[in-house]
Amino acid sequence: MTKKAVISGVHNTKVGEVPGSTCMSLHTEAALGALDDAGLKLSDIDGVICAYALSENYPMLSSAFCEYVGAEPNFNAGLHGGGATGAMMVMQAAALVQSGTCRHVLCVTGDNRLTGMTRDKAVAALSEFGHPQFEQPYGISIPAAYGLVAQRYLHETGATLEHLAALSVLHRKHAAMHPDAHMTKPISMDDVANARVISSPLRLLDCCLISDGGAALVISAGDAGADLRKRPIEVLGSGQGHTHEHIVAAPSLIDFGCKTAAARAFGTAGVTNADIDVAEIYDSFTITLLIELESIGFYEKGEAGEAALNGELTHGGRLPCNTHGGLLSFGHSGAAGGMYHVVEAVRQLRGEADARQVPDAEVAFVHGDGGILSAHCSLILGRA
Amino acid sequence: MTEKPVPVPNADTQPFWDACNEERLIVQTCKACGHVQFYPRALCVKCDGRDLDWRDAKPSGKVHTFSIVHRAPTPAFRADSPYVLALIDLDDGFRMMMNVVNCPPENVSIDMAVRIVFEERNGQRLPQAEPASD
Repeated sequence: MTKKAVISGVHNTKVGEVPGSTCMSLHTEAALGALDDAGLKLSDIDGVICAYALSENYPMLSSAFCEYVGAEPNFNAGLHGGGATGAMMVMQAAALVQSGTCRHVLCVTGDNRLTGMTRDKAVAALSEFGHPQFEQPYGISIPAAYGLVAQRYLHETGATLEHLAALSVLHRKHAAMHPDAHMTKPISMDDVANARVISSPLRLLDCCLISDGGAALVISAGDAGADLRKRPIEVLGSGQGHTHEHIVAAPSLIDFGCKTAAARAFGTAGVTNADIDVAEIYDSFTITLLIELESIGFYEKGEAGEAALNGELTHGGRLPCNTHGGLLSFGHSGAAGGMYHVVEAVRQLRGEADARQVPDAEVAFVHGDGGILSAHCSLILGRA
Repeated sequence: MTEKPVPVPNADTQPFWDACNEERLIVQTCKACGHVQFYPRALCVKCDGRDLDWRDAKPSGKVHTFSIVHRAPTPAFRADSPYVLALIDLDDGFRMMMNVVNCPPENVSIDMAVRIVFEERNGQRLPQAEPASD
């Protein structure tokens, strides 16, 4: 029988403008917070996985982090999956503890993209995700790439701008219930409709934030329960899906690798989407979440927006989703952005989500995607 | 980033960019299975074949999707804002990113027919799309 892997500790820093923060200070605060949450010390950690940062240039960030905190693990590597990195870290760390390579793996992310580099520099740096010869010469940006997807998706499915706006309003409402969130001021459907266009059909409030912040997780072997301070949360299943990196090469603008990733995760966990009590799904733009809810199979094509308008995606609804406020309102700090979804899922399953708590949440679905709906990783988490 | 990026050809793409400089659109094809692929690569993504060829492509297609970019990613593109970024389905069965030029952004629509024109940028010409009918 396969050994179990559990999430034993989670932490996020304050998210938004964090004056005086650096890439490494956010990593350190997140890591120490997650260790404290797990009831472990840095010396208990025998595996470390970091991601990447834009605000400071560390070609070997995971090695730089270990050096900075004085860790000498027996496994240490960087992982680059854009917004899927957080979920991928969990999948990779789970494999390390299940194989016996490690007992406690620390996964750390953080970036001070807001105070460390200005919005203009962050937007320009992110445009380099475009293909250097076949996309960047045409003035692609990340919102423009998602604008291309959104225009086609609305055209084919009949989804509307109102559907996208409903998701934006939903996330702000959820963020207002989280003490660490970046943006908590309530917004209305009219606010979204009247926001300036960034790249049509996407408006400012369809786009995620740029935030300082960090998040970390500890993944432990399933038999480590006695060493831990809190209820472990089991990684019940995981899966990835990859179809392209650059939007010019995407095989479809309607279905994406999230479909395969989720099917694999549900398959390994032995559950279906009807078993999910709470979902934390990547929301770099409103269109991202709309497509993923439908492509993964929670809703039929063209129906997720109506579900949002009808209150199905919040507390008391069929599928409470992004209960922390997501990238749209809780905050987006690079690889940490996708980690916030994992952290929130663990808190929901532990019953620690305070005002945001979904009653009796036992099984959670988490999904991250990186690039332009390019790299996908799904997780099924449950009470161990 | 005060000037727009100019494509820098590499071993995979040199023939494509050389042809652009002659105002010809060419596309890579697999000699083994006939697959047409964009962008150019060192293998055929359908059959893993390494024996690849180039052929002239019809310089026409239609808009698969587009976005009117109001927030330019770098200062170089700011003067053009709002401009149209689009994915163009070429009539010969491959897809490219281009700007739709020589027409007001609000006139662009999905499935609109376009023809290919070439923009000169610091010694390298690059394909762009303009409406097929005036």
